[in-house]
Amino acid sequence: MAIESAVVVVGGGLAGATAALSAAREGAHVHLVSANESTLRQASGLIDALGYPVADAGREGDDNDGDGGNGVAADSGPLADPFAGVDDLPADHPYRLIGADALREGLSLFDDTVGDLYRGGHTDRNALVATTSGRAKPTARYPRSMAPGLVSDERPTLLVGFEAATDFDAPLAAERLSAAGVPFDVTGATIAFPGEYRADAAVTRLAHALERDEDAGDGRTTRQRLADRVRPHLDDAERVGFPAILGDSHVEEVRADLSERLGVEVFEVPTGPPSLPGIRLSDRLFEALDDAGVSMTTGTPVVDFEPEEDGAGGDRIDRVFIDRNGARIPYAAEQFVLATGGLVGKGLDSDRERATEAVFGCHVPQPDDRMEWSEGGAFADHAFARFGVRIDERGRPLAADGTPEFENLSAAGGVVGGADVAREKSASGVSLATGLVAGRTAAEEV
Amino acid sequence: MDLRPGADSCYKCTSCDTSCPVAEVDDSFPGPKFQGPEQWRLKRKEDTEIDESITGCSNCMRCDGACPSDVPLSQMHNTARGEYVDNQMDKLSREYLRNRILANYGTLAGIGSKVPRLTNAIMGNSLVQKLNEKLLGITAERDFPEFADQTFRSWWKQRGGPNVESDEKRIAYFHGDYANYNTVEVAKALVRVYEAFGYEILVPDQRCSGTPMFANGMLDDARRSAAVNVENLGDAIEQGYDVVASCTSCSMALRQEYPELFDFEGTETVAANTYDALEYLLINENVIDPLSEVDAADHDIPDFAYHAPCHSRNQGLDRQAVELFRHLDGVDVADVGDSCSGISGTYGWKEEKYEYSMEIGEEMFEHMEHAEGETGMTECPTCSMQMEHGTGYEIDHPLQVLESALVDTDVEI
Ligand SMILES: Cc1cc2nc3c(=O)[nH]c(=O)nc-3n(C[C@H](O)[C@H](O)[C@H](O)COP(=O)(O)OP(=O)(O)OC[C@H]3O[C@@H](n4cnc5c(N)ncnc54)[C@H](O)[C@@H]3O)c2cc1C
Ligand code: SF4
Ligand code: SF4
Repeated sequence: MAIESAVVVVGGGLAGATAALSAAREGAHVHLVSANESTLRQASGLIDALGYPVADAGREGDDNDGDGGNGVAADSGPLADPFAGVDDLPADHPYRLIGADALREGLSLFDDTVGDLYRGGHTDRNALVATTSGRAKPTARYPRSMAPGLVSDERPTLLVGFEAATDFDAPLAAERLSAAGVPFDVTGATIAFPGEYRADAAVTRLAHALERDEDAGDGRTTRQRLADRVRPHLDDAERVGFPAILGDSHVEEVRADLSERLGVEVFEVPTGPPSLPGIRLSDRLFEALDDAGVSMTTGTPVVDFEPEEDGAGGDRIDRVFIDRNGARIPYAAEQFVLATGGLVGKGLDSDRERATEAVFGCHVPQPDDRMEWSEGGAFADHAFARFGVRIDERGRPLAADGTPEFENLSAAGGVVGGADVAREKSASGVSLATGLVAGRTAAEEV
Repeated sequence: MDLRPGADSCYKCTSCDTSCPVAEVDDSFPGPKFQGPEQWRLKRKEDTEIDESITGCSNCMRCDGACPSDVPLSQMHNTARGEYVDNQMDKLSREYLRNRILANYGTLAGIGSKVPRLTNAIMGNSLVQKLNEKLLGITAERDFPEFADQTFRSWWKQRGGPNVESDEKRIAYFHGDYANYNTVEVAKALVRVYEAFGYEILVPDQRCSGTPMFANGMLDDARRSAAVNVENLGDAIEQGYDVVASCTSCSMALRQEYPELFDFEGTETVAANTYDALEYLLINENVIDPLSEVDAADHDIPDFAYHAPCHSRNQGLDRQAVELFRHLDGVDVADVGDSCSGISGTYGWKEEKYEYSMEIGEEMFEHMEHAEGETGMTECPTCSMQMEHGTGYEIDHPLQVLESALVDTDVEI
């Protein structure tokens, strides 16, 4: 026997969640199996579709805004419309293989799922969001809490950092934004977080103090004292940006309260990991999966699979096995989705010789000579950045001869190659588009 | 033990700290990143002592699940705690004595359960509770768990052992101390449900799984228990039995902590053949179809507020009860969120930790009160105490719900 469902999705990041929702929408019973908690908990919470044209390469970067990629100088030409850039991508880029409509549908599945947690769905165009390192980053969807901070907005701005949260140097970020020519005045201030915390207190601790509006000494609450400390720095600012730690699940309440106390609009600036916007997003996706009746097993990796016994030549997967502290637990299904992420998510393995797909051993095209994997310079056009399985228009990973590896396997997200997501700023978009298609393909055949 | 390779794979993302329920409420606790990789790195360089703060860790193992880089955090904590207790702790201190007593609850329970009513009367006496707090540092806020009139093992013996014989379907039941001495109805539910599915049940001789000993750094005590368990369970496995536990901390100990900390012969075999009771049924039997036939309203099955214990979460079992009982018509099982219950075995029994323990549990209590059901459900006996303590609800084990739905009804299995 085995634990049975119609579709098993392997991997619980953005791609796996999207594939599971997409398949469940078509009526299939889905079981999502993931090794770790979602990597979204480290991600910035921004949903990039395509931020830069591919040709526009070789940019310098040093930011730490948790976008898993390089920073981009504001003068290097972000794309105003991600869809306009799709045709210029290489022919084996996932957007080209599955079509720009898949990206559009993936984003709209995302919009339906996250509801009022996010903004940006009203237009095809990229928004520019200021990051903690003082860059203006093009992105397709952004948390509602970041909306008043958009760079296209011309209101004078104050950025506020905390002594305890060292990865946001607000004065430096303000200086950089000014230098990059943003259309508003921006200043920065660093203040002590109200209340008594250890120097390295977890950001979640600070977030909860704000959310619960804890007593912060002198008979005043955390939010009261925070507002008191910010007020002297306000000057003419009409909006104030804090690192994204304004509460956990009640960020809007905290924001509204602080805005009222300060008399100006308050917003969040995306930070590096661990990231509260990422945690909020992953919680929202989890709720949506639960509502859609998706079964979930997390904390245990898939370590092996078994082909169907009577399958001619073993080209159908019968079941996968998870490892639960040494016990092998079988999960059987009619269709499988591979969404294990790239080199970071552990979907791809590499040794000195080759990069391989870790669970099913799917073909990963790569130069024979390892010397050709990378170029000089951290953010140059590296071959390895595009490593991953190649898919057809239905999301089926392809063997070296161009035929599907397995009849009942589709793939989504970082494990799919062909995109240089860090340079293009396309990570989440690729996950949404391929996730949508992979889930739909799986559901069509159950 | 050399845990350096694990320490080296830490890239300081602090996900573990973010998930630690103790660091969240206790400012003096530096968190899992310090207790784990940083402490091990320090130790490698010089002969530093283990930091005393290691005794603040409740061994909930949440940090394990949070780490994207597979750093063996709880193994590092268990080992460090063991070293701290062995080399640095005053064996005559009140704290050591108290921890030793809490860790070896099973030994005391063995004595107390011989005269359950008397023991219940004494332990329930508020004067005794005050004395326990004063002399031993065991909080007077909690009610001592009541002993059942008859232990499970004695019931099993009186019954004459298994009612079902089978060569193919055989499980060896690891009941642990709680189900034997206190929550005997859980153990009986397991027997009835498994027999209904045609299993022959063996109840091997066993000792405490060791969980409370790990949590208190009493590794020698744990080793002695584990040796007995590995040997007896190993024998059962050789005879074709799979090991099944009804407590998720017990299955966790057998599956993860034993192989991480001990190297008795057969440890790996026991780990690879041990399962949680519900998990095993879901893998091997069709539970869903018969369950779908039942209407809860006809059998007085209430709505539930379900809490997934940290140790079930760590095994990836946190969703199984909620997902299974969706198929049971007319009952609502609400997941009361992913926070820790706060009691963490012996942690919440310590006088100096009691307030923290309740603070951690606050989120769960709130969610329970907001849920439809006024009966709780969980797999862990100490979480169950905490749920009851914080809300006054009665708490069932999923196996008891299965018993009501499948055994006490005439549904065909
Ligand atoms: C720090 C960080 C910042 C980011 N910032 C941004 C940003 O600003 N904008 C943006 O658009 N995107 C960003 N991203 C990228 C984005 O969040 C996703 O990581 C990306 O879309 C890839 O998603 P994925 O689901 O394919 O892979 P991952 O998110 O890597 O998920 C893979 C999942 O598969 C699981 N898994 C792996 N192997 C197995 C196995 N054998 N069995 C079972 N499960 C397995 C892993 O545990 C993991 O949950 C960021 C990512 C990171 C890490
Ligand atoms: S085991 Fe629990 S209490 Fe201990 S460090 Fe890890 S998360 Fe914190
Ligand atoms: S979660 Fe793992 S990698 Fe991250 S800081 Fe903790 S131990 Fe290190």
